[in-house]
Amino acid sequence: MKNKVLELRKSKGLTQEQLADIIGVSRQTINAIEKEKFDPSLPTAFKMAKLFQVPIEGFFFYEEVK
Amino acid sequence: MRKERQKRTLQLALWTWTWVATLAIATFGPIFFWDGNSTWTALAIGFNLLIGILMILANRKLFNHYDELERKIHLEAMGLTLGAVVVVGLSYSLLGQSNIISSKAEISQLILFLGVFHIIVLGINRKRYL
Repeated sequence: MKNKVLELRKSKGLTQEQLADIIGVSRQTINAIEKEKFDPSLPTAFKMAKLFQVPIEGFFFYEEVK
Repeated sequence: MRKERQKRTLQLALWTWTWVATLAIATFGPIFFWDGNSTWTALAIGFNLLIGILMILANRKLFNHYDELERKIHLEAMGLTLGAVVVVGLSYSLLGQSNIISSKAEISQLILFLGVFHIIVLGINRKRYL
């Protein structure tokens, strides 16, 4: 799934480590999400949405596989 | 979070080493220490089983501390390992029963396969996601 987590994290001036601590996941997980290798769970996505003050669909983009 | 992870990993390492030590005692004790006395052997095996259960609980405690990606990586690796061990184990056992292979199929060989396979799959999964 495509996302804008990297962009939003940088706009908040956070490092991967800081974002990981706030959300309650490991830094590697944030890195995997930013690289679009891993789609987070709904609770993690909601925590990010609350932190970035952006609705989930504003930074996660679902693409139908054809 | 990191300190808690280190604590749980250390606890698992300690229980694992204790389990290996009690397994060694249960294996070699009857030969070197108590001359085949079945009461002592039963006690050693029972103690090893108890320590093994505590080791599994320590592993669960560590697993519960993993985040969602780590859980995915480990669960996939465990699932593949379980499948491979069942399939390879049964095939290996059949080969032994049919006398196609000269050596006797031993459980220790299966455990060795399990360990090596799990490490390889875990490594591949970590490379995929991290």
